[in-house]
Amino acid sequence: MSAATALAPHPSTRVEALSTQERYEIDRSLRGPLLLFFGASIFWLLIGSVLGTLAAFKMNYPGFLDADAWLTFGRMRPAHLNVVAYGWASTAGLGVAIWLMARLCRVPLRNPSLIISAGLIWNLGVLIGTLALLAGDSRSVEWLEFPGYVTPILFFAYSLVGVWAIVMFRFRKPGHVYVSQWYLLAAVLWFPWLYATANIMLIWQPVQGSAQAAVNWWYGHNALGLWFTPIGLASAYYFIPKVIGRPIHSYYLSILGFWSLALFYSWNGMHHLIGGPFPAWMISAGVVASIMMFIPVITVAINHHMTMRGNFAYLKWSPTLRFTVFGAMTYTLVSFQGSTMAIPSLNSLTHFTDYTIGHSHLGLYGFFTMMMFGAMYYIIPRLTGWEWPSASLIRWHFWLAAVGIILMVGTLTVGGLIQGFALRDVEVSFMSSLHLASPFRYVRSLTGILLTAAHVAFAVNFTLMLLRAGDQKKSPTLFSKPTEELASV
Amino acid sequence: MNRLPLLFIGILATFGSAWLGIVAYAYVNLGSLEPLVSEDTGGLLPPPLSGSAIAGQKVYAANGCLYCHSQQVRPASLSTDIAKGLGPRRTVARDYIHERTVFLGTMRTGPDLTNIGVRQPSVAWHHQHLFEPAQLSEGSIMPSYRYLYKVRKIQGQPSAEAIAVTGPHAPGPGYEVVPTQEAKDLVAYLISLKRNYPLPEAPEEAQ
Repeated sequence: MSAATALAPHPSTRVEALSTQERYEIDRSLRGPLLLFFGASIFWLLIGSVLGTLAAFKMNYPGFLDADAWLTFGRMRPAHLNVVAYGWASTAGLGVAIWLMARLCRVPLRNPSLIISAGLIWNLGVLIGTLALLAGDSRSVEWLEFPGYVTPILFFAYSLVGVWAIVMFRFRKPGHVYVSQWYLLAAVLWFPWLYATANIMLIWQPVQGSAQAAVNWWYGHNALGLWFTPIGLASAYYFIPKVIGRPIHSYYLSILGFWSLALFYSWNGMHHLIGGPFPAWMISAGVVASIMMFIPVITVAINHHMTMRGNFAYLKWSPTLRFTVFGAMTYTLVSFQGSTMAIPSLNSLTHFTDYTIGHSHLGLYGFFTMMMFGAMYYIIPRLTGWEWPSASLIRWHFWLAAVGIILMVGTLTVGGLIQGFALRDVEVSFMSSLHLASPFRYVRSLTGILLTAAHVAFAVNFTLMLLRAGDQKKSPTLFSKPTEELASV
Repeated sequence: MNRLPLLFIGILATFGSAWLGIVAYAYVNLGSLEPLVSEDTGGLLPPPLSGSAIAGQKVYAANGCLYCHSQQVRPASLSTDIAKGLGPRRTVARDYIHERTVFLGTMRTGPDLTNIGVRQPSVAWHHQHLFEPAQLSEGSIMPSYRYLYKVRKIQGQPSAEAIAVTGPHAPGPGYEVVPTQEAKDLVAYLISLKRNYPLPEAPEEAQ
């Protein structure tokens, strides 16, 4: 099979080639709009890191900044979540999705002002929403805390991008539709359905009783699974083959992975509500779908691994590949973890503990955020026409982020398990569950500082790049110079 | 994949199946439950909330109580919630029909509040606790909510509403601490949380 595949890979396993002129025109047309999206996303990343770290320290020192309402834990925590979800992850994700869409459709952006307006309106919405949360204007619906006057702003801004993406796809140049485009189209169609349904049923006209919680976690899980995940996977499917210069291992695995994700992920949300006030079948459907997630995850993992096989040496020097492969491997890990967390006996232990917080950070950070970093390291120099000024800042960024997230998830996981055993033991007092989890929560707060430092390194490098600092380089900024042996791989 | 109609239909159909199964089903079947009439007292189960308690829900949401406190009791078959005294029975959909926003919660960084009104019915206790949690429950990491209270100079007679406060933020002599309307509403809501009435769909379980 390998010989045949190597000779004639399915055409959809390759990105259609672009001439230098075409690439130049596409990237130039996207320059202003995407620098707006990426610049804003990095700004929110910094704000989100500070909010998260401060909130974490409040668990260690409850008296820390407790005098003013807007600085208290109950306001900073939702502000942290919404800033990183809508300010950082969605803004960066939209930027990456727009770039991939234009490159894969092989059409330059004809109306940059549309995308620029969308970016400005979106970020205005995030700003108003964040200030509203800090001011106490929240309904405390997790993942949907922004008040009802903010969500239409976000929805409108999103619609501009969504409609643009469909139109762009309609006018693409002829050729095969690459796997990344399936994921992008799906994300573009799923998100407005998700977001509109959830906002109408939870914020504008709240439905009655526990139906709210079902809609809430249908949204919360799908925001991860059907909004961030497809963009992240589209990015992995694009950049892994791009950097190493090989086609995707198998077209058929790509298809299986895509459709099984679409079918199973959308049913997962109810696993957040195991033991909750719902009919048993709803919970069971969520549990079964979560276990079935092994299919798309293993499929994608095999496909990516087989594509990478024999090319792992590229990780030594390509920042894009290193971040992307870190993200792709974490995707496998976090998805396996998520499936096991849906098993009711294990869920009864980890539910309501820091273990879940660790899991969500592994997903949104270890997988998605790292994937976006990888994509941005590739895309931004092509927009600015200037390479990253400092390789060592990229190195700091990678290692602080990688060590930070591994330590954070590790401490939350171990601390969460101990907390879970304490919470379910009839002989152990509630207060003991706090004391037992406490040392782990100290370390977690410190890892917040590591991640914040990683983001500062990234932001500084990005700023220096915009200022065109240093000498103009003739080749991409890499971690180290590829050896001859590597260069010829 | 170049059969695009198939791609679009598939994308919408897979998502639509879960939308029907979770969202539409929940809306139709859980979104229109009625309270029951108690055979003993003739009152409604669950009992309706007072105006102050309804206002208190907003304070609960605005200040993020949900991020540390759950409001759900899981069945004995799945957890030790009942054995640990969170409530006499599991909570079911009907328990939440009066809530404008349902605060099931996802964390137990703080104790579950499903039945906090049963465990701790004292208004004064709640005010003192919100003002300075660690004074009443040693080792607590709950932040102080003293921004929901006013410290003011005693004019003539001390106010009947004044709460007895000790600890580092206790006011000096001649001053008193009084709750704002928000604090009063929040406490009214907390005290209303009593999901220990009988419901036929959730019999009390042996532990």
